[in-house]
Amino acid sequence: MRDMICDKIKCVKPSGIRRLFDIANEIPDVISLGVGEPDFDTPWHIREEGIYALQKGYTFYTSNSGLAELRDEICRLVERKYGLRYDSSSEVIITIGGSEAIDTALRAIVNPGDEIICPEPCFVSYKPCIILSDGVPVTIELSAATDFKLNRGQLEEAITEKTKALLISYPNNPTGAIMERKDLEEIADVAISHDLLVISDEIYSELSYNGGHNSIASLPGMRERTVLINGFSKAYAMTGWRLGYALAPAGIMEYMLKIHQFAIMSAPTISQYAAVDALKNGDKDIEQMRAAYDQRRRYLMEAFREMGLPCFEPYGAFYAFPDISEFGMTSEDFATELLKAQKVAVVPGSAFGECGDNYVRISYAYSIDELKEAVKRIASFIADLRASKNETRHLQTAMRVL
Amino acid sequence: MNNKDREKILELLEKNARYSAKDIAVMLGFAEDEVRSEIERMEKEHIICGYHALVNWDKTDDEKISALIELKVTPQRGNGFDKIAEKIYQYPEVESLYLMSGGYDFTVILKKATMKEIASFVSSKLAVMDEVQSTVTHIVLVRYKDHGITLAGIKKDMRMVVTP
Repeated sequence: MRDMICDKIKCVKPSGIRRLFDIANEIPDVISLGVGEPDFDTPWHIREEGIYALQKGYTFYTSNSGLAELRDEICRLVERKYGLRYDSSSEVIITIGGSEAIDTALRAIVNPGDEIICPEPCFVSYKPCIILSDGVPVTIELSAATDFKLNRGQLEEAITEKTKALLISYPNNPTGAIMERKDLEEIADVAISHDLLVISDEIYSELSYNGGHNSIASLPGMRERTVLINGFSKAYAMTGWRLGYALAPAGIMEYMLKIHQFAIMSAPTISQYAAVDALKNGDKDIEQMRAAYDQRRRYLMEAFREMGLPCFEPYGAFYAFPDISEFGMTSEDFATELLKAQKVAVVPGSAFGECGDNYVRISYAYSIDELKEAVKRIASFIADLRASKNETRHLQTAMRVL
Repeated sequence: MNNKDREKILELLEKNARYSAKDIAVMLGFAEDEVRSEIERMEKEHIICGYHALVNWDKTDDEKISALIELKVTPQRGNGFDKIAEKIYQYPEVESLYLMSGGYDFTVILKKATMKEIASFVSSKLAVMDEVQSTVTHIVLVRYKDHGITLAGIKKDMRMVVTP
């Protein structure tokens, strides 16, 4: 048979997480800090609404853009949080997680050869989605030195006449970085003066630990050029329900809806009914989970300080991104060795872009007790690494003396 | 330290009394000394009244049972319910005692004991008190959840080991 696979997907690199996953799966009793989802159960009142939807037989398609009641609630939410007003009938769609919204937004705007700027380290799916929509990903390398924030200079440097859009996500997976209002203002400025669209993935918006989250769409002149993406997975611990949403001006949303309509039809109905309850009655759950994450975040950061492992202070999401460059290993080697020696799984930073190779992503979506044990093991792994490095150095000195 | 900060410490200790002052300080962003002295103060003020392990006795060989007793009493002039309450909670057999609103007055929870011991305590100590009008004794069959912890079945982390 001929080779039936298209070149485009062959060019897409497989996820850097896969290999580690395969190894971790073979080792019993692994303590994993490698998970990108909340450890909490979906709050019971939300699950109950899902069960009730099933009992009532709400098992049919919804309209393509999603349940009207849910769209209304989403519009109410963004107005309450950011003062943003969207028309619930023409400017919102309910998607299968934030992931579908990203893919749909890209497919709606990219012509072949259009450049999409994508600061790294970033979520694993951005670059593949850009490539699959025939765009050209243009990456900007961010580092801990600038708190993994995107600034005006870096952005302007990456812009060419082919640049169409900027794809950002704050609070950020994997770095835990956030962008404050003044940081976003710089970016908005550039986006407006270069006539760029911004796709803003704000899936971790509720998990900000340094005051509230700011949406770039709420800055002057930005609503018309922003596709705002969010969802239920992280805020309400609803990853498996597969439910997200996108908000955009009607002129863009019209085309996103067309793609969504033909590719997906509509998001899962039962999940949508549960999500209505999440938005109506879930504020307190978010608050409790955020407080718990914040405690774990502080605990983990203190542990890094005690180990002498440099890590910039993450103020969002549930990840820390410590710098492992002192060990002179690739992040993948570090993660693999840590897994083999101490049975702790973390994700190599290189999975989120080449510039992430000096770091590993450590998730704190785990109980304090689990973190305690994991931290102990990481400390002992690092101590061993440092000891063996010293030994080599002594040996080298000794050899030289001889 | 203000009352809000105190409450944060209490909430953590109520969840896990084995958190050290250092753990709590780190988790809440306070100084360790401050947390330590605040806990001591709250112990002195009897805001923190004790530390216990939450035991799931169903998983041991222990065969004692737990009883909850609804008590109707006649309150006394001048003393209301307090005097009667004192008479009841002095018994070492009594684990918890609450004054209730609604259809009866006191909930008495007894320390785990054999059926014989419970029967004897209710009939020869509680029921015969002058102020007690009636007792209804309930026996706990299964303890599913206690102090916010689910006892029935250990929860497994169902997440995959590594996800993006």
